Amino acid sequence: MKPFSLKTFTCYCLLLPFFPIPSVIAETPEEKGLAIAMESDRRDEGFGDYTANMTMILKNKHGKESKRSIRNKTLEVKGDGDKSLSVFDTPRDVKGTAFLTFSHKVGDDEQWLYLPALKRVKRINSRNKSGSFMGSEFSYEDIASQEVEKYTYKFIREEEFQGQPVYVSESYPVDAKNSGYSKRISWVDKAEYRLLKVEFYDRKKSLLKTLTVDGYHQYLNKYWRADSMSIVNHQTGKSTTLLWKDYSFQTGLSDKDFNSTSLKRVR
Amino acid sequence: MSDNTIFQKYLLTGGICLCFLFLFNCNSSAFEADTELSVQGFLFLENGAWPHQESYSASTAVDLEIYHEILNNFHFSMEAFYRIDSLDKERTHGDIRVAELLYFNDNLEIMLGVGRVFWGATEFVHLVDIINQTDQVEELDGEEKLGQPMIHLTVPRNWGAVEAFVLPWFRERTFPGENGRLRTPLPVDTDRAVYESGAEQSHIDLAFRYTTTMGNTDLGLYYFNGTARDPVLLLSQNSPSNLSLSPFYEQIGQTGLDLQMTAGEWLFKGEAYYRTGQSRSYGATTFGFEYTLVGIAETMMDLGILGEYVYDDRDDGWLPTIYENDIMCGLRLAVNDMDDLNILLGVIRDIHSGSTIMAIEASRRLGEAIRLNLDASFFINMDSHDPAFGLARDDFIKLEIVWYW
Repeated sequence: MKPFSLKTFTCYCLLLPFFPIPSVIAETPEEKGLAIAMESDRRDEGFGDYTANMTMILKNKHGKESKRSIRNKTLEVKGDGDKSLSVFDTPRDVKGTAFLTFSHKVGDDEQWLYLPALKRVKRINSRNKSGSFMGSEFSYEDIASQEVEKYTYKFIREEEFQGQPVYVSESYPVDAKNSGYSKRISWVDKAEYRLLKVEFYDRKKSLLKTLTVDGYHQYLNKYWRADSMSIVNHQTGKSTTLLWKDYSFQTGLSDKDFNSTSLKRVR
Repeated sequence: MSDNTIFQKYLLTGGICLCFLFLFNCNSSAFEADTELSVQGFLFLENGAWPHQESYSASTAVDLEIYHEILNNFHFSMEAFYRIDSLDKERTHGDIRVAELLYFNDNLEIMLGVGRVFWGATEFVHLVDIINQTDQVEELDGEEKLGQPMIHLTVPRNWGAVEAFVLPWFRERTFPGENGRLRTPLPVDTDRAVYESGAEQSHIDLAFRYTTTMGNTDLGLYYFNGTARDPVLLLSQNSPSNLSLSPFYEQIGQTGLDLQMTAGEWLFKGEAYYRTGQSRSYGATTFGFEYTLVGIAETMMDLGILGEYVYDDRDDGWLPTIYENDIMCGLRLAVNDMDDLNILLGVIRDIHSGSTIMAIEASRRLGEAIRLNLDASFFINMDSHDPAFGLARDDFIKLEIVWYW
């Protein structure tokens, strides 16, 4: 071990400002908001891949329901957004329809649609993120991989939510032109940095939707995933609930399960 | 040997394969069977141009799909189809659409049997799609295809995928019969098919294809060598009073290209091919754009705007085709409601003659397992020199109900 030198001491002093200690150095609300988003993201790093089954329940304002069942595969990509594959099992007329998405931290995601009747792979334009995902209240930007870089942040307050201390922050889409939102307000618990609730404000800055996330379980002693995500559209009275089950982590998926060759053989 | 006997041969082979698989499925992990039953009715708005044609017709079809995962990376799938039509005996037909064994690992994929392959990018005209024969009696748009026997090897790599096809048996195109609507002025007699190759349907066709994604572009490039899927129709005389058309299938070499590209809110698509082997070499191309307006009028509805153009070098009248120098435009409305209501309006117009085809397709779900399709086509200002002139009196409305279980 090297003896403590003046040189290393200077280095430490120079580095200090870059590691802000909250109690000593004042942190702006923007920095704190970003720090919360980054910590939440960091805690989910290293999951590798996972598969899960989802039931999507659409409900209109008269209470009429319609269900879709979807199988999902997700692959973590180091240094970029995740790759994901979603396959529809029901309704029966869209059975076998699949979406392949390469999400990116910066720039547009890449997305392909597989139509089983024609055995056709179609590229879809992913620039406009506000479109509805298969008739649900979830838009493509809600369903896409939530990369830290896609938003800017601002911490608002700490409060109690469902009996636990939470951080409340606002986030604003970087690609404001193509997002359906002017801002989102997120509730994240302080203990585990899990997303509990989001309010979405439309481009005219009025409240559009509220997402509530319930039933968190921890997998591999590290990764938290929810059983239920419910989104209510306050302007139309419609809602969509996603019920997740059969989570399975580190199943050995690789890039080769997420290309057009594998897309054409999905079932 | 007629295509029908061959069909029975497939059916038998498929059946044997299936029994074989059931016998050895001790470690079966997944077995699925899906059935589709559909009923459709056509209403033609004018009397037919030719004798024996009716103003309406009804038909029913069944489509049975079986899928069995023998091992994790070894799958069997089969799809059999049969239609009964009230008017046209040529439309009463069946086909094994799929009967394939698929093996894959990280480095390759091999498919053996009867399969369906789609190549292409554009929405209106599918120029480069060549592996499967068109089931012309099914749909006017040519998107329904017959199952093609093949050995299909795919080698996926980081830089793209290379595919090789050996196609050991040729499928003849289906054509409406004498009583059928939406046909050529003289009926096509499929029993009198003529081949350039002495091997006829047994000619072994080959194809190679390379596909890749480069940033915002998906690209496909192929070479096909074998029997042309689109026959030249020759006038033939069965008896002094009975004239018909005979399909003539030539040997061709075809190089094709297809392209899909995203650029901001735009999607650009293009297809082109160059063909040799017929009396003159020629090329054809189609290209266009798609632009989607998301959430129009503060609703969840998306409106897609489509514009495409098609040009065929045979435009000089050497070998007339329907799509020689045509412009196409369309509107696609996705309502994004629970019932998945979609409406497509398309117009195809021949630039020289002004012949115009207008088509409307609307579709929605009823409950969880029924789908309702309403299609209508109108043939407007059809020029008597246009190869599609035979359709001039065939404006129709088609209603179809499909049950899934």
